[in-house]
Amino acid sequence: MPRYLARRLLALLPTLLGVSILVFAAMRLIPGDIISATLGTEAGMLTENQRAALERYYGLDKPPVEQYFVWFGEALRGNLGHSVRHGQPVLQLILGRFPLTLELAALSMLLALLTGLPLGLLAALRHNTWLDFAGRLFALLGLAIPNFLLGTLIIFVLSVVFRVLPNAGDYVHLHEDPLRNLQQLFFPALTLGFAFGGSIMRMTRSSLLEVLREDYIRTARSKGLTERRVILRHSLRNALIPVLTLAGIEFGYLLGGAFIVEQIFALPGLGRLTINAIGQREYALVQGVALFVALVFLLLNLAIDLLYALIDPRIALTNHD
Amino acid sequence: MTENRTPSRSTTQSSGLLRRLYRNRSGAAGLALVLAFLLVALAGLLGLTPRAPAEQFMTSRLAAPSADFPLGTDLFGRDIASRLISGAAVSLRVAVTAVAMAGGMGAALGILAGFAGGRVDHLLMRLMDVLFAFPALLLALVVVTVLGPGPSNSALAIAIVYLPIFARVARGPVLSVKELDFVLAARCLGLRPQAVLLRHVLPNITAPLIVQVSLALSWALLTEAALSYLGLGTQPPAASWGVMLSESRPLAERAPWMMVFPGLAIMAGVLGFNLLGDGLRDVLDPRLRGRHASA
Repeated sequence: MPRYLARRLLALLPTLLGVSILVFAAMRLIPGDIISATLGTEAGMLTENQRAALERYYGLDKPPVEQYFVWFGEALRGNLGHSVRHGQPVLQLILGRFPLTLELAALSMLLALLTGLPLGLLAALRHNTWLDFAGRLFALLGLAIPNFLLGTLIIFVLSVVFRVLPNAGDYVHLHEDPLRNLQQLFFPALTLGFAFGGSIMRMTRSSLLEVLREDYIRTARSKGLTERRVILRHSLRNALIPVLTLAGIEFGYLLGGAFIVEQIFALPGLGRLTINAIGQREYALVQGVALFVALVFLLLNLAIDLLYALIDPRIALTNHD
Repeated sequence: MTENRTPSRSTTQSSGLLRRLYRNRSGAAGLALVLAFLLVALAGLLGLTPRAPAEQFMTSRLAAPSADFPLGTDLFGRDIASRLISGAAVSLRVAVTAVAMAGGMGAALGILAGFAGGRVDHLLMRLMDVLFAFPALLLALVVVTVLGPGPSNSALAIAIVYLPIFARVARGPVLSVKELDFVLAARCLGLRPQAVLLRHVLPNITAPLIVQVSLALSWALLTEAALSYLGLGTQPPAASWGVMLSESRPLAERAPWMMVFPGLAIMAGVLGFNLLGDGLRDVLDPRLRGRHASA
């Protein structure tokens, strides 16, 4: 296991390097240059000296390769630049918003697992009955309703029918008032969790159906084991491996910021920060978020792979990728 | 599956494919929805809308569905039915452009990586890993930030996000097919690598690619709508389903039809391509054939 971990960590380095080059290059590719892009029409009013000073500030007077190394070196030390509009270091801003995004992601995933797993299990065990059909219908709806539509619908129903607003821009942190915080996050989490619940249901169902056809299940049954034992001990553990992958990937997506849902429900998380940064041309912030999220995403994928190796020891021994 | 195909056989195979798809419940439902969507989008492309999508009927602002305006009007008195039809054309154009770019480039890269093997494979797949390191919508957002908003840039953004998926889907079967006896035999007979690729490897990877194209189209529709909803895709006053939904938000209580119809349209389109993809997978994968119809 330690060798496997070392191998996987080592394999992460080139990807991280590639990610950093991509994020750096992306901001250099902005048409015109970053000064004109940030200042808009006001860039035309700069004197030559002011422009030169700004170029020095952004490091644009150096060759691109050198700029990259300076930027990456700073990033490694935690300096992702400064947000002009927020008047704060980028990393501080990101870390300030991340807990909300993390909580929202965890809550959505919890709701998705609580609905998707039992429904998938039931659908597979009652294959081709009305229960299976209803479960699949739920999953399809989850897949097809865009979360911006579901979110808007939920707000509409809450405000028009029940006359309550889940959040009117007065977000309360978990440590300040846990109950109110959960009230505010429940509906956004439901919006996000619905779609994921659908895909988790589909994956659980198809993976369990697949496993139930395996020879070792037939063996277990012919040994005279109870159906309960066959399902719980012999089938579920193997059937859950692909479900775990899916849940991990989707959790990663959620950690990247639930852009639209945070926007609709006025939640000050990472997604909303990013959308606003894009609108306000805060390139250092967009760059910082992209780098941060990619790192979190890669580490999360690594964690899932390690979890696999724990569930299925064959993986650590045979996977040389 | 592993034999060389003659034209006459592939014709019978494709008509057989349609028949099997027709018998598969999700495939048939998906096909019907996709055909309906294509028809509406085609009408939009040809400009066959009941009224001009941007025409404002100021006396009929926020009118509920009626004989004059079957799906109602929006805040500027524009006909929602006409805007939906013209929006379908926008969505289709973006989705098809994106998937064509991602599919073409991705499949080419995947085939190259799988066929060449060794360092080329390693390098290409590590590059794809870099793209995989970003959550999909974030990557699309970064691309749109760099290139600026608009439908063509959304198409490019969606294509970049989907590129590595196509590369992986194409590479996998190439790796397994190229080791099969009939491919080795063809190589031993002195067939040039290009000929081996065209005649023996390509026919064997079309099935997974076709499935992926259908699923990618569904995701592309959804992402185009999401980007437009956020104001980064199609720009108003052009009609797009995402733009229409975003415009409906503050008016949801007064004019729910502004939200309901574009919402249903997006759902039908996404569902259609998804079901079609599932159906195609059931029908094209011989292991699954006749075993279970997936949801």
